[in-house]
Amino acid sequence: MAGTLTFSPDDRFHAFLTTCRKTEYGDGPLCGIPVAVKDNISTKGIETTCASKILKGYIPPYDAHVVQLVRGAGAAVVGKTNMDEFGMGTTTENSAFGPTLNPWDDGRVPGGSSGGSAAAVASGMVPMALGTDTGGSIRCPAAFCGIVGLKPTYGRVSRYGLIAYANSLEQIGPMADSVANVSKLFSVIAGHDPRDSTSCARPYAHEPSADIQGLKIGIPNEYFGTGVDPSVADVVRKAIRRLEELGATTVPCSIPSMEYALAAYYVTCTSEASSNLARFDGIRYGPAADSKKAWHEAYREVRKAGFGPEVRRRILLGTFALSSGYYGKYYAKAQVARANVRADFLRILESVDVIVGPTMPTIAFRLAEKSDPLSMYLSDILTVPANLAGIPAISVPCGKSDGMPVGLQIMGRHFEDERVIDVAYAYEQAVSA
Amino acid sequence: MVTENDVEHIADLADIGMEPGELAPFTQQFNAILGYFDILDTVKGGDIPPHGQVNVMREDVVAPALPVEDVLRNAPASEDGFIKGPRVM
Repeated sequence: MAGTLTFSPDDRFHAFLTTCRKTEYGDGPLCGIPVAVKDNISTKGIETTCASKILKGYIPPYDAHVVQLVRGAGAAVVGKTNMDEFGMGTTTENSAFGPTLNPWDDGRVPGGSSGGSAAAVASGMVPMALGTDTGGSIRCPAAFCGIVGLKPTYGRVSRYGLIAYANSLEQIGPMADSVANVSKLFSVIAGHDPRDSTSCARPYAHEPSADIQGLKIGIPNEYFGTGVDPSVADVVRKAIRRLEELGATTVPCSIPSMEYALAAYYVTCTSEASSNLARFDGIRYGPAADSKKAWHEAYREVRKAGFGPEVRRRILLGTFALSSGYYGKYYAKAQVARANVRADFLRILESVDVIVGPTMPTIAFRLAEKSDPLSMYLSDILTVPANLAGIPAISVPCGKSDGMPVGLQIMGRHFEDERVIDVAYAYEQAVSA
Repeated sequence: MVTENDVEHIADLADIGMEPGELAPFTQQFNAILGYFDILDTVKGGDIPPHGQVNVMREDVVAPALPVEDVLRNAPASEDGFIKGPRVM
């Protein structure tokens, strides 16, 4: 039954940038369910800023494909969630409008870049939310906030209406308080859309199954190596033993290309960003460029004032990596490295069904703990490989370390999102029983 | 090693603007990050086409588009249905 939803939450963790007090909803599989949407996904008539000053006041004239779908399924889109500016960050501290706090400990970050969506779910304001994942931006905050988040196979969800950061890596995906709700939201947003040329005709209509008898799991050494907090690794090892008790078998494996995966990721995403973010010039949207000044001078003023430091740093890095004389050393090498990462994963996934490890190497950082950009980048090491390879990956809560949630990451073959969801469901059902 | 002059030049190429006080910290961070990227020098080969894919073209087809007034609503300056930009010369 259609109706109107009133939404006036106590948002003490600053999960939302915009909330919609009254929202009309229709009939359908998500009838009346409040759904939060990350602020880099276009919502017709609702301000969409990517948490950037350069888009302050921008009201999209159209809905993203996924927003059309969730509205069409009867959901109430109740607000837009905070994020790292344009998705560039691992903590949500890079928002131009102030950080989101972790509902488990408000002295810690929620992870990023979809930190607002994760905090909105973890604090109980909404049961499900949309996030985006370019190098871990759904899975990292899901792990840090103790919720479930899926980065779908590349191409399974349309990116039409997603404000682009790194097109070849990013996917929109579901975040929720349970695997069943992740599955439910995914069934609404997956499928072909001609307006995204990389979208595939692979809809999702699956009921999660907790039967993982005979499942073969690969355990990569690299996911338990240097840089991974030993107590986080212990929590994850216990979770893997639980999967074995449920009838799965495990084999060790190795991903040699992990050595350079992170560098390949950062060269690729900054290069794509330098091109994508060229459109923000104060002409078609955003703060006005001074039309009396010359072209470049006017652009520079708008972009210096409108972009935060991390966005400007990534545009500079990407411009450099693509510039004449350096293209071969950085961008071209990164694409070869990326092909190697993909080949490593495909080779391992010939003999195992899924690959399992921690989502993040540590628990949630304290606010302002990571001030150096490179040390922040290094924390993405376990999530970026799935984006480079284009494979599905889910994070499901698997216990605590130092009182903070730890995420179990399950990666699978291309278009086998169903299987990673089943493994997460089997684990979740076993521990909640 | 990238110098402050290099960073200033890249900032010009990217139309990003740069305060004098920003140059030193940006250059220092830039060098640390590029130092980390050097691991890519160990990657063998360099002739693989990116993604191993080719462009697939289709005929251009006229499809419904948003009304002009909706598109112009977010533009800071417009005139006679056109978006107004800064001067070129």
